[in-house]
Amino acid sequence: MAVDAQTIEKLAELARIAISEETIDEVSSRLGDVLQLVDQLQAVNTDGVEPMAHPLDEVQVLRKDAVTEPNRREAFLALAPQSEAGLYLVPKVID
Amino acid sequence: MEWEVVIGLEVHVQLATQSKIFSGASTAFGADPNTQACAVDLAMPGTLPVPNEEAFRFAVMFGLAMNAEIGKRSVFERKNYFYPDLPKGYQTTQLEQPIVGEGQIEIHLEDGSSKTVRLHHAHLEEDAGKSLHEDFHGMSGIDLNRAGTPLIEIVSEPDMRSAAEAVAYLKKIHSIVTYLGISDGDMSQGSLRCDANVSVRLKGEEELGTRTEIKNLNSFRFIEKAIKVEAQRQIDLIEDGGRVVQETRLYDADKNETRSMRSKEVANDYRYFPCPDLLPVVLSDEYIEQVRGDLPELPDAKCARFEKEYGLSAYDADQLTQERLTANYFEQVAAKSGEAKLAANWVMGEVAALLNREEKSIEQSPVNAEHLAGLIARIKDGTISSKIAKQVFEAMANGDGDADAVIEAKGLKQVSDTGAIEKLVDDVIAASSAQVENYRNADPDKRPKMMGFFVGQIMKASKGQANPQMINKILKEKLDALL
Repeated sequence: MAVDAQTIEKLAELARIAISEETIDEVSSRLGDVLQLVDQLQAVNTDGVEPMAHPLDEVQVLRKDAVTEPNRREAFLALAPQSEAGLYLVPKVID
Repeated sequence: MEWEVVIGLEVHVQLATQSKIFSGASTAFGADPNTQACAVDLAMPGTLPVPNEEAFRFAVMFGLAMNAEIGKRSVFERKNYFYPDLPKGYQTTQLEQPIVGEGQIEIHLEDGSSKTVRLHHAHLEEDAGKSLHEDFHGMSGIDLNRAGTPLIEIVSEPDMRSAAEAVAYLKKIHSIVTYLGISDGDMSQGSLRCDANVSVRLKGEEELGTRTEIKNLNSFRFIEKAIKVEAQRQIDLIEDGGRVVQETRLYDADKNETRSMRSKEVANDYRYFPCPDLLPVVLSDEYIEQVRGDLPELPDAKCARFEKEYGLSAYDADQLTQERLTANYFEQVAAKSGEAKLAANWVMGEVAALLNREEKSIEQSPVNAEHLAGLIARIKDGTISSKIAKQVFEAMANGDGDADAVIEAKGLKQVSDTGAIEKLVDDVIAASSAQVENYRNADPDKRPKMMGFFVGQIMKASKGQANPQMINKILKEKLDALL
């Protein structure tokens, strides 16, 4: 089952990945294969089976509420392409 | 045509934990930018979240206070969207299995009536960072200190029918979270924020109208104004033959209008899925019961107790219990002075006016509970009149010491000495022959009213310090003797 080009374009935009015109067909057919697998899974009768939230049958361990992280701002800021006044600078975004 | 407004609220409450929901970075407000943003908060590759147990305890406390079901097994999901203040590209939140299920609370309206608002659910999630848009050579500055601060998002059913009801609901939520101590509730610092879903329909109509969502309302006043102006916009639109579009809108307080946030419409597809980095969190019945056992007295229970224990009216009890610290202050004054009703009147009257005037909260009150109790004790034992008490109160507010010190220093002690009052009465009668003549010639049933003039003169002569009951008694005797 192929996924149409429009859906591929929308997904690409939502995921912020660039998909060129030439590769759309290939991506479409590959995604179609994945969805076929999903269809196979959906054919299984799951009546009375609780949805699985995680493949490990374990329970989350919680930590105590304590501040354990020191300030490492300078080290982290040094990794950013641009920073100023302790802030990470990014292309202007405004709603 | 009569229109009905339908409102549902999504309230975000920052939890007062020391550290973040998934990392050990501090959540303290007001630190220098990015000094409290660690590798987990920055979504550095290879980092993994570890949930904070206190955030769960706080969320359970809230759920129990709302009479809600507690999710014994709650699951985190990823809400995917791109924004620079969200480094991971998704917000870790809950969707299908939240920590708090359906519940309900009672809200109190200004006209004295009450109403139940249903809670759809409340879930735990992380806050995002902050974007600063000014003054960076056309770029935006990002501060991630707030990223990862624990939030509960409280989602109501669309049960409110006016802006006033929405405000009453929000005040109740504010009251509950601050009573529980799970949030400081400081709206000016963003500890409590609200999105309002607003729609209108003709009265009597069953079906809901198309709603809009007003984002990021951060004061009680703005919420009220924003809902009013948005409901009116929708009504005008429909009456002019238009149709409401489902969208996100922003409230502009300067212009008192809402406007469309177009940029968010495109990407409103969050592709939620369970977060593979986090296992389900399971809470035992024993744990939940233990949290229940530790709950403090909540506003409704305190209100009922104030009515019963102190003989206050429902209105007074409600006013005094909206804020936990005000309730504590009142109880201290009532206990120390032994006069609950006077204490209530003073706390809601002079103290509230003073705090309002000086823009202070009750814990910063220039007149502390002990000083106010001391003042009330002096009214009660007749040392000063209520009128003089206001003068003493102002002096205490200015830092002139306790009531006894002020009364002593300013010589405000009430005159209850019979001889002294008799002299004052005699002097005024002697100086007011015309009024005495009128009194004598007046109809007997008009005379009590005419005494007011003499009482006023005597009070004035005593600089307000003469005991009013004694003045009345002695004056009447003396005037009647002249008949």
